[in-house]
Amino acid sequence: MKRLPFSAWHFVLAPLALLFALPLLWLLVSSVMSNAEINRFPPALIPSGINLEGYRFVLGNALFPRWFLNSFIVSAVAVTANLVLGSLGGYAFARMRFAGSKALLGLMLATMVIPFQLTMIPTFLVMKELGLIDTLGALIVPSLVTPFSVFLFRQFFVSLPRELEEAAWLDGCGRLRILVSVVLPLARPALSTVAVLTFLSTWNDLTWPLIAINHDTNYTLQLGLTTFQGQHHTQWAAVMAGNVITVLPVLLGFLLAQKAFIRSLASTGLKG
Amino acid sequence: MASVVGTFTVDPRARRAAKRRTRGEGATAWAFVSPSVLIILGLSVVPVLWSLLLSFQSNDLVSPSEWVGLANYQALSKDPNFASAVQHTLIYAALYVPLSVVGGLAIALMLDRQIRFISLYRTLVFVPFVVSAAAQGVLFSFVLDPEFGAANSLLHKLGLPAQGFFSDPGQALYLLVGISLWSGTGFCVIVYLAALQGVPNELVEAARIDGASKAGVLRHVTLPTLTPVTIFLVLFQTINALQVFDLVFVTTKGGPLGSTTVIVYFIWEKAFKTFTAGYSAAAAYALAVALLVIGLTLQLYRRRAAR
Repeated sequence: MKRLPFSAWHFVLAPLALLFALPLLWLLVSSVMSNAEINRFPPALIPSGINLEGYRFVLGNALFPRWFLNSFIVSAVAVTANLVLGSLGGYAFARMRFAGSKALLGLMLATMVIPFQLTMIPTFLVMKELGLIDTLGALIVPSLVTPFSVFLFRQFFVSLPRELEEAAWLDGCGRLRILVSVVLPLARPALSTVAVLTFLSTWNDLTWPLIAINHDTNYTLQLGLTTFQGQHHTQWAAVMAGNVITVLPVLLGFLLAQKAFIRSLASTGLKG
Repeated sequence: MASVVGTFTVDPRARRAAKRRTRGEGATAWAFVSPSVLIILGLSVVPVLWSLLLSFQSNDLVSPSEWVGLANYQALSKDPNFASAVQHTLIYAALYVPLSVVGGLAIALMLDRQIRFISLYRTLVFVPFVVSAAAQGVLFSFVLDPEFGAANSLLHKLGLPAQGFFSDPGQALYLLVGISLWSGTGFCVIVYLAALQGVPNELVEAARIDGASKAGVLRHVTLPTLTPVTIFLVLFQTINALQVFDLVFVTTKGGPLGSTTVIVYFIWEKAFKTFTAGYSAAAAYALAVALLVIGLTLQLYRRRAAR
């Protein structure tokens, strides 16, 4: 086989990777431009220096820090709840025998294929009945636990050897105790996968907050960002600074959990 | 394991303890699963049935609804706006799905080698995938702003005419496809990269010894091994494409002149802007049935491919 010289591929791969990185690079660059630089035509492609006007503007805005906090609260509760409820449910489905468990698991898995558009109107009506519309509760309740979390934990627990639990079992530990002190410490890959995917989907969600929230004090970052754009049309630097702050937690989380995250995505793809 | 089983049968105390446990197990198990079951089934099965009822009703989300039978579905079949929403969604999917899957495969094949910076390249290709559609939309509205945008500035420097981008009905939908490709291709790349690890080396070696060219190995060994993954990606990307909404909402709000009104945008508009929730539910059911049919078809195809 003829082998290309080692470095030749860099000429293809580097521009390709740059192409994917370019819009995000531009996001970062434009967030530190002054408004004068942005509003010039044609706009400057390289900023004259680092100008934090935009960041000062969004962070000084009364609403923006509030949106950040709202997004943080909703995501933090969703992640915690998915870890707790998902592992409890997953453990019961993996290790405990109870009437109808197989049918119940099948039913829960089947709900994964229901498109959100089908359930969004009745979910809105349910939340309205509960008096949660226009509160963070409406965002939190539907994201407390997903069938995916339960299923992922179940798959992971099934693959753990039973011997590890049996010693604790003979020592008279209850199921909860076994789960917490024997199983969960071994389940770090499952815990981090569920945490990252839950965080990603709640932090990045726009559709449901758009439906469930009316007052701008209850907006999430994603929702706030969309209105921000219209309100401050000339303040593009501020809009981009807000966008950087919205994207940053996800990028950091991804870079930290990259390996676990990619492996889980890839294996979902392989198993289908 | 054998010794533990032995203990269970020999030691009567342990056996009794085990029996006691199994008896109490059902209650514990239900305590473990019931929060998930209540939330998941309560917020999926109930709404699915409720949606079905809604689709036969006239409802404005406030006053009591009125039974109208199949009227919503009949109106839907004659609604030119729904027809064009379907058409836009199909154009979007017909471009996005093959381009992201084939592009993903091509990029994965290029990235499947051990050279310097390779993990950096992989990360850069994948990173747009984790950026929210809202953030993408805001970013590209800025880049593609006809007056201040970097895109027109670049065209200007190259001596090309300025473009209308999202304000041009002939361009907006294709720009949305482009942005989705930027963020969604990385997912296909990652899945293909993982699958390429599973291509058996012996097969590749054997084919090479038999004199197969590089292209021959790719065609007769690599691609057939990847078929199940390809089918999964086609399914996954199709479902995503038919459900596109956030990006449209942030960038074009269905415009200009309705040129980017996709099915889910139509559903959202009918429910939460014009408050015709029953009509919207009927459209949502039409979409769900389409998704179900596509899913089942590809499942069947995958079973056959697996055999």
